[in-house]
Amino acid sequence: MPEPAIRVVNLGKQYHIGALHQRHPTLRDQLSDALVAPFRRAAKLIRGQATGAAELDETIWALEDVSFEVSSGEVVGIIGHNGAGKSTLLKVLSRITEPTLGWAEIRGRVGSLLEVGTGFHPELTGRENIYLNGAILGMRRTEIERKFDEMVDFAEVRKFIETPVKHYSTGMRLRLAFSVAAHLEPEILIVDEVLSVGDATFQRKCLNKMEDVGEHGRTVMFVSHNMPAVTRLCERTLLLNHGRLVADGPSHEVVGQYLSTGTGTTALCEWPDVRSAPGGEIARLRAVRIRNRDGNITEALDIRRPIGLEMEYELLESGREVMGSFILVNEEGLELFTTIETDERWRGRPRAAGRYLSTAWIPGNYLAEGTFFLQVNLNTLNPYKWEIHAPDAVAFQVIDTTDGDSARMDWGGRMRGVVRPMLEWSTDLLTATDEEDVSRHSAR
Amino acid sequence: MAPSSPVMGEEPVLRIEPSSGWVPVRLGELWDYRELLYFLTWRDIKVRYKQTVLGALWAIIQPFFTMVVFSLFFGKLARVPSDGIPYPIFSYAALVPWTFFANGVTNSSNSLVTGSNLIKKIYFPRLVVPMGAVLAGAVDFVLAFAVLLVMMLFYGIFPTGNIVWLPLLLVLTFTTSLGVGLWFSALNVQFRDIRYTTPFLVQFWLFATPIAYASSMLPQPWRTLYGLNPMVGVVEGFRWALLGTETRPGPMILVSAIVSVALLVGGVYYFRRLEKTFADVV
Repeated sequence: MPEPAIRVVNLGKQYHIGALHQRHPTLRDQLSDALVAPFRRAAKLIRGQATGAAELDETIWALEDVSFEVSSGEVVGIIGHNGAGKSTLLKVLSRITEPTLGWAEIRGRVGSLLEVGTGFHPELTGRENIYLNGAILGMRRTEIERKFDEMVDFAEVRKFIETPVKHYSTGMRLRLAFSVAAHLEPEILIVDEVLSVGDATFQRKCLNKMEDVGEHGRTVMFVSHNMPAVTRLCERTLLLNHGRLVADGPSHEVVGQYLSTGTGTTALCEWPDVRSAPGGEIARLRAVRIRNRDGNITEALDIRRPIGLEMEYELLESGREVMGSFILVNEEGLELFTTIETDERWRGRPRAAGRYLSTAWIPGNYLAEGTFFLQVNLNTLNPYKWEIHAPDAVAFQVIDTTDGDSARMDWGGRMRGVVRPMLEWSTDLLTATDEEDVSRHSAR
Repeated sequence: MAPSSPVMGEEPVLRIEPSSGWVPVRLGELWDYRELLYFLTWRDIKVRYKQTVLGALWAIIQPFFTMVVFSLFFGKLARVPSDGIPYPIFSYAALVPWTFFANGVTNSSNSLVTGSNLIKKIYFPRLVVPMGAVLAGAVDFVLAFAVLLVMMLFYGIFPTGNIVWLPLLLVLTFTTSLGVGLWFSALNVQFRDIRYTTPFLVQFWLFATPIAYASSMLPQPWRTLYGLNPMVGVVEGFRWALLGTETRPGPMILVSAIVSVALLVGGVYYFRRLEKTFADVV
């Protein structure tokens, strides 16, 4: 039994977060506080009390009692809400900060990528930044030299390689930075949410590059909010909540658990409290549901049957013209389509405040099999404003059958493509080579 | 890159756990990161005079004009004795290592705060940051030193055999700058007061060091004790090695060297002790 690449035992990290409840409402308070504080501190010092730290006695546990093992070659995703401790865990594992309790053991060369373009200097040229950034990430100079051309081509910045990076567009800078990082070849790679940058095409390129990393037998730990990327890249996922490890298992199960927190299914997401619901002052999302033709909320849908996408929202202001839309994303992060509300009864009409329910139907025999994630949006018109934006609100699986009446017919193997429409085909015999043969094999 | 070993158990095992108290220095690891030190130094040098009109001339302007001012006020007006050497070159020979020290201390004490973005996002031995900040002054030093050589030619002063000690004096300048820089940079992470203290302290230190005047103004044993300020040994050593000032500053330099090494070793350990808090506090 080989030793695990990463072993984490009862890991805990405590942070001092300063005086949490001491708010400074006005500038005057802040100024007077600034004047008084040194004296207060001096007085404490004279009385023999500890200084500095005494003011910072408010603490939180960013990580608490976290234990797990990762085998060599495994690709593990880490998910959780903001502040769940994902980044802290990566920081401890990449030795940026020390744990307060517990320990971890890592076998192999570690490369960590918590930010794209760490140490990039705007005054230096693209070429110079590649060397600098490479060295910061722990690459040897010979290694950078060897991969230099590959990095430049990957980032598509060959023409500007001698230009200072400050003249680059944001996209170019990100591409260059990611390209350096993507060519890092450690045995263990620790990656924070870095795929949220760049345009969609480049994101896909990076995802593919990361997949290569996994296939080379490298161990990868990967934090992301991009659920499709997690389910596709990682066979196993850890779910953190308030610093604790609450789930550890196959990615689709853990992602499901994360998405369904509170409801028990990934096909339903509800916001009982309007104040914490996605949206702004004009509208708030209250529920998103996936239904089959029979009206049941379900996350497993038959490929042959229509799929209902439902959004329930509350308009808080009267007299607004709004437009709902869904974007369907597959597990590779590819946006399959955007669909916009088409109900003629509401087209171009201001709506009264109140609760609304919109449903869109995806026809049967349209999507390919696999996992899909739904992004829910609501825009106001005149003026145009992005009011509700809820990515990965719900998720569902489309399941193909082997009954022979779906688009796969009698084929049992893998089918390529992101959609699987059942198209009308016709096949005619133009000339026969043998008349007798035709009579035996003719189509009726 | 070392070829990764396919045999299990031969891979390095890294243990991450809470540390307490004094932490070992781990020079081997520092050596592994020498290329990063090189690149950080190189970046500082490259970036330093970008978008300036005078560029690298600034490396010379700073000590040269200080020398001009000193020559006017201390040399001409106050007639401060200069060990029988023309006052301008007497003060400039001291200002060359001094400028390296002053810039090294200022830059390294701010280095962790300016580089906080690196410290929060990636692991490497943090010692590399202040070291790079001090080393980046080397180019400025070489330029200012070249001017010193030109001035020596101009005044017809030729170095004596003592010049063989120059490399050691350079090391002493470096250890002193880094020693002080390490203390300040580590303190600066926790107490930003340091940022405001440094310029004041450097200015004060300038006058506490025999740059505008000669240490020979002091009688023994005070002169040797004066070496407790490690820059005294450096400055007098430079004059002795290059300009051939009469009195051998041997004991004084020895005192300075001991203080300098003590500052550096203490600085390294203090730095290592605080290092684990940098990413959380900075």
